This record gives sequence, structure tokens and C-alpha cells, in this order.
Amino acid sequence: MFSRILIANRGEIALRIIRACYELDIASVAVYSEADKDAPYLQLADEAICIGPAEAAESYLNIPRIISAAEIADVEAIHPGYGFLAENINFARICRDCGITFIGPPVEAMQLLGDKVEARKLASKAKVKVVPGSDGTVENVDEALKLANEIGYPVMIKASAGGGGRGMRVAHNDISFRSAFGAAQAEAKAAFGDGNVYLEKCLLEPRHIEVQVLADNDGNAVHFFERDCTIQRRHQKMIEESPCPVLDERDREELCTAALRIIKEAKYVNAATIEFLLDKDKKFYFIEANTRIQVEHPVTEMVTGHDLIKWQIKIAAGRKIKLKQRNIKHSGVAIECRINAEDPKKNFASSPGTIERLILPGGPGVRVDTHVHQGWTVSTKYDSMIAKLIVHQRTRTEAIETMKRALAEFVIEPIKTTIPACLDIISHNLFAKSKIDTGFVERNF
Amino acid sequence: MTCTLAGCALLSGRRPSRESRLLRKDAQMAEKDTDLQKIKELIEIMKENDLVEIEIKHDDDKIFLKRSGGQQPIVTTAPTAGLQSGAVTLEQARPAPIATGSLSPQQQEELVDIKSPIVGTFYATPSPDSEPYVEIGSQVNPQTVVCIIEAMKVMNEIKAEASGTIAEILVTNGQAVEYGQVLFRVRPD
Repeated sequence: MFSRILIANRGEIALRIIRACYELDIASVAVYSEADKDAPYLQLADEAICIGPAEAAESYLNIPRIISAAEIADVEAIHPGYGFLAENINFARICRDCGITFIGPPVEAMQLLGDKVEARKLASKAKVKVVPGSDGTVENVDEALKLANEIGYPVMIKASAGGGGRGMRVAHNDISFRSAFGAAQAEAKAAFGDGNVYLEKCLLEPRHIEVQVLADNDGNAVHFFERDCTIQRRHQKMIEESPCPVLDERDREELCTAALRIIKEAKYVNAATIEFLLDKDKKFYFIEANTRIQVEHPVTEMVTGHDLIKWQIKIAAGRKIKLKQRNIKHSGVAIECRINAEDPKKNFASSPGTIERLILPGGPGVRVDTHVHQGWTVSTKYDSMIAKLIVHQRTRTEAIETMKRALAEFVIEPIKTTIPACLDIISHNLFAKSKIDTGFVERNF
Repeated sequence: MTCTLAGCALLSGRRPSRESRLLRKDAQMAEKDTDLQKIKELIEIMKENDLVEIEIKHDDDKIFLKRSGGQQPIVTTAPTAGLQSGAVTLEQARPAPIATGSLSPQQQEELVDIKSPIVGTFYATPSPDSEPYVEIGSQVNPQTVVCIIEAMKVMNEIKAEASGTIAEILVTNGQAVEYGQVLFRVRPD
């Protein structure tokens, strides 16, 4: 087992990893930018090293500075969290070359599944249905137009190097397709440094279901069931739950074993999430694989009782999964609301500022993952998520009631947050019946 | 590794296990009287040797004594001063400035900081056997190389980016430094 790990991240996920290290008796080394210098979670780490000014490019995305910090702190491994360098192949490669264990997949597996086009090919090879679309990247707009007509509108134009709901455009006809295609390529180039795009059929009113998987160095792989992340706004998840309310055991089994086939085909190691879209007929189609731990991992932790961050660390340290799939059970229902510093009344415009009054919810079935405290200043430099509120109860109805209570108790003032928006969604009768699809939020709120 | 970074609470070595922390707490209660005696002895040492600051670390315990020119020494301890004789590492025993005279508060404020632009290891000399790039009193201009910071096996030459004389050197050879850490203070021309 490692004796010292560096956490190449910030905020709530850095704190989450520090907590796992504490319980595993591993010394944690946190890095921080000047904007985060007063973060209390830094005091919970065994060491904290300033790596740069507030700009992410100069700090949390700065590979030389992070590796230098790893060297002077003499760590054996780096946990990249999510976002920032978590899916950066270059970073994973540099860690390997410097003799530092990257807590995540091997470079080759990350490369294979990280490229959305390659991942689609791999999924097909693993006999998993993918969303109908182009066979690879499409460079030429005329060729793309022809393909779009074959696939049938509406069509989604997606960046191969993209992910996380970014670098996507929808076109409903030939006219909008031409402009959307060029725009998508430009956006992809700017955001991901790679202008390659591919096409996918836009499924009507789909649900977003993802499977949590874990694999070790020996090729043993298990799943921890699925999460339903259909509540999204502009492709960003707002609310997640497990299990998916509309899957029966047979569908669940089929979905989860499909995810395992993909992982094994990719010779993947460590934690990953395989994302699918479920159409109205409960047919599922692979869309992408995320080669990292996800924001919504607590939902799975609550229903299965497994600590996924600890699993990541153990696998990276060489531990084998001795767990049998039949011994992984899910119990009850867990729901997570992401709380962002955004004003729902102003079209979710970001609402930075100092939190003058903070009261966290509590009581039975409530878990809060947050790095903020009273007096914390939410800056515009980093993403707007400031807390994750997770509830777990025996039934979905009870989980919804607890979430309503917890949201009502949660006070973050005077900045605006998405707490009222989450409350509105959770209280909506369609959410209660789970008659939702990925367009639900934008249609109703 | 005992690593001291000025201006940052960087603790040395591994965090002790919960059990050893509890045992230490009991032992510390009994040592309270001995600690007081040791602090008094340290104060005497400081006065005799005209020291302005002393910082002593032992595992998780730290004691920092500061004496401002002739007045009673200011004592800060964190969390408890469990000082065992023989196992103490004396670090940053800063002598009161001599030849150049004490810096008055007004003079302190006029000093320009040279901060580390990267994370790495500080070296005062170009190579192990050479003279340091600068010393207290050295004249510098913006292009003067004042030190090397090694990061990922690359020796980065750090320029002064200020004009004046080196008034203070806050780090020692081989010390790990973080981004923004103050390395030197320059009295501008």
C-alpha cells in the first residue's frame, strides 16, 4: 500500500480523497493555487504545497508544477480526481515515466476509451450496441451531410476528443447542419485541441443511464450497478439516482454485463463509468466511457456500501478484486443533487461571492460532500459546483421526502445557488413518477 | 525528511497513528513542568547568543520563539511543546543582523520580495563546490541570477527582477520551495 499520495485537484473531490487516505493510513499531500490558500481542507492533508496563481492553467492544469510538487513531497502516487488532468493522457504518461503511480487506468486503456470514436468501435467489437452514427470521424461537410441524411435527423455532431457533455451540436435539417458542423469543429479545436467530429443519431426523449465498473491488474472486473442521470440541463447533470427506477432486474443484468464486456475488451484497470442512452423501448445504446471517478460516485457508494475512492487507491497499489459479483448488492435508493453557485432565476448565471451564512442539512439518510465553509469565497476561476447533497433511504418515495427536507434545511447565503431549482425538480410530479428524459429540465423549468 | 518551508505549515514525516497520538497526549500531560523549564532555558540561550528567532520541530510539535530587540521574547507553541532533549532539530535559528545593523520596521516595509516562480528545490550555488550566487549585501540588477531552483531535473536560473542589495536570504541550500515562496528580500536602490 502507498505511504504517501499527492492529490492533483481541489475542492470537494480533494477533500474526498484526503478522507480516504486518512482511513487507509496514507499520508496525503494536497496542492493548491493562491486562490485556494485559505481552504480548510488543506489543513486535513498532511502537507500542502502551493503550485501557482489562481488560473487553472498555471496551477491545477500545470503538469510540471504538479510533478515538481510530487517530487519534493516524495510521493509514490498521484490521484487526479475528476476534471483537470484526470483524463489527460500526457499527464498519465509523465507520471509513469517519473516512476509515480497514476491512480487510474494505464495510458493505453485511457487512450482507447478516451477517444470517443475509438470507444464506439471498441463497444461494437464487444457486441454492445452503439447509438447509430458515423463509422469514424467525418472531415468533409458534404460527406457529413450525406451521412446525416442516411442516419436521419435530428443528428448530433460530437467532438472525438470531447466528453462531459461538451463539444456537441444538434442539427435538425440540412440548413442548420452546415453551420452546426463548422461551429462544432471550431469549438472542438478550441476546447480540446482536436477539431475532429463524428455524427450520432439524436435519440428522442432518451434517459441517461451509466454503469460504475472497477477492474484490477489481473483482468478481474466487477460492476456496482447503474446510476440514472437523466436530470440534466445543457448536458450537465443536475440530479443523479441509483438504481434506475425504470429498469427491471433482467434489463439491469444485460446493461451491467454489457459494461463489463467493454471494460474487459479495453483491458481497463481501475474505476470507470460506461454511459448509455436508454430509448423509449428500454433499448440501450453505448455513448461514451469516462476513464476516471465521477462526481456522482457517492450515489453508488450509498446503495452498495462500497468506498470507490478507497477501491481506486487499493487497485493502483496492486490489490486484486477478490469480491465476487454476486456479493455486490444494492440496497435502497440514493439521490444526489449537485449544488452550484448559480442563479436559477437568471438563467443559471454564475453567482460568485462570499458565503456569509452556511447551514448544512443533516439527520437520517443525509450525506453532504463539500469543501465550503462559512466565510468561503466562491471564485469565478473554477467550476461552480460547491456541494453535493446525497440522501439514501429504503424506498424512492422516502428518499424524495428526505431530499426535500434536506434541501429545505440547506442554507447558503447571500450568494444564489441551485438549491431552489433542485427542490422544484424533486417536487415535480413527473420526477416522482420518473416519467422523464434528458429534455425534461429544459422543457419544464 | 524534515522539510521546512517558511510561511507554510508543512509538517515533517508521517502523521503518527491514532494510538501513538493518544499515548503522546498522556505523556505530554506529565511533561508540562519539564517543558516550561526547557522554554526558560531556550529563552536564556537566545539572550546569551543574541538570537532573534528560534523554531524547533519534533514530529508534530513545534515551538516558535521570537524576540524583538531587547524586549521579552514572544512564545508561540503548537499544539503542545513536547520537547525531548537530544531528539530536537534546531532550525531557522536566525541571528540578529550584525554588520549591516538591525532593520527598523520602516526599512522592512521598503524591501522587495524575490519569490519562487515554480515548485522545486532551492540551490544557492551554481554547483556544489562554488560560491553562492549572492550573499547579504550583494548588488543585484533585474538580470542577475540569484539562485537555481531545480524542478524535474531541470536547473532553472532565477533572476532577481529587481535592483538593489540583498538584505535577507530566507531559504537554505537544498530546501524544497513552493510557488510564491519568498526567497530573498532586496533593498531597492
